[in-house]
Amino acid sequence: MAYEAVIGLECHIQLSTRSKMFCDCPAAFGNQPNANVCPVCLGLPGALPRANHAAVDAALRLGLALGCGVCNESVFARKNYFYPDMPKNYQITQYDRPLCEGGALPVRMEGAERRFDLTRIHLEEDTGKSFHPERHGDRPVSRVDFNRAGVPLLELVTEPVFHEPAECAAFLTELRRLVRWLQISEGDMEKGHLRCDANVSIRPAGSGGLGTKTELKNLNSIRGVERGLAAEIARQRGVLALGGTVEQSTLLYDADHDKLAVMRSKEHAHDYRYFPEPDLPTLRVSAAWIEDARARLPELPWKRAARLEAQYGIPAYDAAVIGDQRELADYFEACAALADGKLASNWVMTEVMRVLKDRGWSVTRWSERVSAARMGAFLERVAARELPGPLAKQMFAWMTDEDGDVPALLERHGVRVQSAASELLPLVRAVIAEHPGPAAQYRAGKAATLGFLVGQVMKKSGGQAVPQAVQELLRAELAGGADGE
Amino acid sequence: MSDRMLWKLPAETLAARVRSGAVAIEEAVEAGFDGPAREWEPRVHAVVHTEAAARRSAAAAASDGPLRGVPVLLKDNLCTTDYLTTCGSKILAGYRAPYDATVVTRLRTAGAVVIGKGNMDEFAMGSSTEFSAYGPTRNPYDLARVPGGSSGGPAAAVAYGLCPIALGSDTGGSVRQPAAFCGVFGLKPTYGRFSRYGLVAFGSSLDQVGIFARHAGDVALVYGLLAGEDPFDATTRRSAAPDVSGWESGVRGLRFGWPANLWAEGVDPAVVEGLERAAAWLERAGASRVPFEFLPGEYSVATYYLVATAEASSNLARFDGVRYGFRHPESADLRSLYTRTRSDGFGPEVQRRILLGTYALSAGYYDAYYLTAQRARARIRREYETAFTRCDFMLLPAAPTLAFRIGEKTSDPLAMYLSDIFTLGANLAGIPGLTVPVGLAPEDAAGGARLPCAVQLLGPEDAEPILLRAGRAIEMEGDATRLSRDHSREFAWPTKR
Amino acid sequence: MPISRDDVRRIAELARLEIPEGQLERMREELSEVIDFVAALNRLDLTECEPTSFAPADAPLREDVVNGRRLGAEVALAAAPDREDGFFRVPPIVENLNP
Ligand SMILES: [Mg+2]
Ligand SMILES: [Zn+2]
Repeated sequence: MAYEAVIGLECHIQLSTRSKMFCDCPAAFGNQPNANVCPVCLGLPGALPRANHAAVDAALRLGLALGCGVCNESVFARKNYFYPDMPKNYQITQYDRPLCEGGALPVRMEGAERRFDLTRIHLEEDTGKSFHPERHGDRPVSRVDFNRAGVPLLELVTEPVFHEPAECAAFLTELRRLVRWLQISEGDMEKGHLRCDANVSIRPAGSGGLGTKTELKNLNSIRGVERGLAAEIARQRGVLALGGTVEQSTLLYDADHDKLAVMRSKEHAHDYRYFPEPDLPTLRVSAAWIEDARARLPELPWKRAARLEAQYGIPAYDAAVIGDQRELADYFEACAALADGKLASNWVMTEVMRVLKDRGWSVTRWSERVSAARMGAFLERVAARELPGPLAKQMFAWMTDEDGDVPALLERHGVRVQSAASELLPLVRAVIAEHPGPAAQYRAGKAATLGFLVGQVMKKSGGQAVPQAVQELLRAELAGGADGE
Repeated sequence: MSDRMLWKLPAETLAARVRSGAVAIEEAVEAGFDGPAREWEPRVHAVVHTEAAARRSAAAAASDGPLRGVPVLLKDNLCTTDYLTTCGSKILAGYRAPYDATVVTRLRTAGAVVIGKGNMDEFAMGSSTEFSAYGPTRNPYDLARVPGGSSGGPAAAVAYGLCPIALGSDTGGSVRQPAAFCGVFGLKPTYGRFSRYGLVAFGSSLDQVGIFARHAGDVALVYGLLAGEDPFDATTRRSAAPDVSGWESGVRGLRFGWPANLWAEGVDPAVVEGLERAAAWLERAGASRVPFEFLPGEYSVATYYLVATAEASSNLARFDGVRYGFRHPESADLRSLYTRTRSDGFGPEVQRRILLGTYALSAGYYDAYYLTAQRARARIRREYETAFTRCDFMLLPAAPTLAFRIGEKTSDPLAMYLSDIFTLGANLAGIPGLTVPVGLAPEDAAGGARLPCAVQLLGPEDAEPILLRAGRAIEMEGDATRLSRDHSREFAWPTKR
Repeated sequence: MPISRDDVRRIAELARLEIPEGQLERMREELSEVIDFVAALNRLDLTECEPTSFAPADAPLREDVVNGRRLGAEVALAAAPDREDGFFRVPPIVENLNP
């Protein structure tokens, strides 16, 4: 029988705030273990939490970007369970009254836009980090570092709307772009800024119901998500194929060996005893705050790509590439404001991208080297045909490593460019005079001879004439002034 | 050594003498230790952590303020960097906090000198100070009886004269009930008026730090210094705290509620007699009595024991032997680290309440217990709001009995819970309550010692000024020399200044 | 709802407490007595009594600034029953599953 998979994702997004969710310790961790802790995030007796305004604001902006409904009054709750890297042995999170509900993330797949529905987005605190059993003399021990404990997290839960691992990968790629776009998280899965668990079940294709679902954890790269899901779906198919039944359980995906390990089965299911956090008042988000947050939202990536395509008449592909990174799109538009859009996108897509790739530069780094103003001025001259093709490429290379505008660089490198008619006309006339034969042939309709004449003018100019300009002048001269005598 | 009976002085007077230079600060701080403590501390056992050296250096470092040189004992659940903070529990054996509770910082800023930690029921779970890892505290008026609880140590210390002021915590009456048993003033402020930062949590939505003192004036003084918003406690109130400087302005024109149905049965006649006495004095001072029926206390007890234990089961989860405190030696795996450490580190009453609270929150029972209790709490709160539309404050017992015998209720949890029947309501409603001593009860039939008798005043949110005016009126109207005449013990003091 | 021995075992497990079999029945009785007592609440009319937050809600949110009461590793670890080079030490965490 044919089965289809039904998948729901649970993503944790680590916010890049300055301080932690409920205390004023630095949210940056990774330095000396247990250095960034205080009575609050270490769960000392008597300490009390205080919610971070910036974390709520970040959650609000993501929620608004995704079209979620925002609750003016949401509630923090305690999720109770014992775990060594959880200082209080309960996590402050949100339960029956989350900050954001509903919403959807639009994702472009094979040219078409898909919308994946969300259930909710809520705020919570991260746990510490435990480092796994290592022999210690006679006994094995684990070590715990609480620097990460209390760092703000957003938990984003989707509806069970995915059927293919590839959809999940596309969703996560888009989500990662969005959180970076909104500048609320670095969104790096490998570094744990973005984490993903998945609920997976399979059912006879087309049937309405849902099979028993399993929870898949430890998916710490987008590729890992795709492969882990594929493995779990295959496993469930296998179980059913052998007439077995899927057990509700939690599995860990081991990306290195592409293996699944069952970690917890139903009988160990938790009873978290959620209840409203009495140490924190109701989280009130005023209509004014919501409107202000909405006003601070940048143009969203999926909207921007479409606008770039339409406004600058550039290919959808270019618009997608440029629109993928907010900084790149900003740079492009700044250039396009000074020069032709198509021309700008050509240079950004080819030359600029090449430098970023070869030198591993960020767009920011690049724009510090070659400001959009400088790039725009350069493109203007290219458009005005003042820089012959090869010279333009050379000029771009000089700009990448040296300061100064186009004339200054030409000066510095001893290059003169002749494009003004005043300079070129005498040469053009001279060449026509010296080569009456080819001139006559051209007039008689043998267009090919024009190339020969252009070559002669270039020779006279010592290679400094701009061919396009020469061509135009020759055409004009040959068309007009017929021999008098 | 002091022959000036400094230990009998109200805090305000003592501080004034220290500031004027009339009394050396060390002398003021040590007055209780050099005086009554020599005789009484060994028998009463009110103090669990103190060090002469620490007291000396604290005295030397004391800042200049309205409490300069005033010795203050803190309940063992208030965090301080000097002295241990152990909540009367083995699980916090040897724990020294790396920070001061906000209320402690405010006391120190005002010049007070912390002299140590007072005994308490483990994690404030109890009404007799018998459930302490350090052994029981005894009532200075009758060593065979309890001082009440859970803040029994601080209450007894103020009663016998170790210090004029002490801080306790009141989750269900843990300041007001021991104050009554020991014959001192005890205030539980409006929820959110005093910071809880640094108070080891029991029932977060009910906990408030409370004040013990021998004089209404000292309660007012300390309230004024401690009340106020704390950026480290998101449940403190932002609005300015009410002004209690008018504590001596009398009760003329005030109406006090008289819910006599609450003590129609099951209340010690001596307690009722104390109520009648206080009511008469209030009337003599110009207040009027407004009789009405009030919701029976059983509902509060039921609600309280679900809400408080549910919150406690979560608050006490952090005591696991990982980051601080006691860890059971045989804990080879995580499971035994947790279960052995907690089963061995917590006493039976604490374990009982953790289990009850876990049950009330667990899957399938949450609605029937925790949620129902929260709704009942809303109802109880409304009952008080209604009552306070008819009166400015309520007069009622602080406890159904006078101080009971040691061991009398330890074997019967429910009986112990019921001894808080008159105090729990204020915590559920978040309103202030003040215990006011009204003298000594007559000898009982058994001819035992005469025990302190007290009443409780409850008011609406932020009614502390009114409660203190009424408390002062009772203090004045009551025969000023009552305690010293009726009671020859050295630690008796005049109620009037 | 009378509490069964299994209820007591289950909640003890959740609370990470171990009740010796010998004390299980006594604990069951004590808890049942309290639970029977709180059943009194069912006699109370709770219509229009919605469970709300009882905390004063006028406290502002915390501004996102780093300052403060950081302890530093040494102080943070000072009270730890078992520690080593800046880490807290615990028995091996085998079930590496943080829900
Ligand atoms: Mg979560
Ligand atoms: Zn912290």
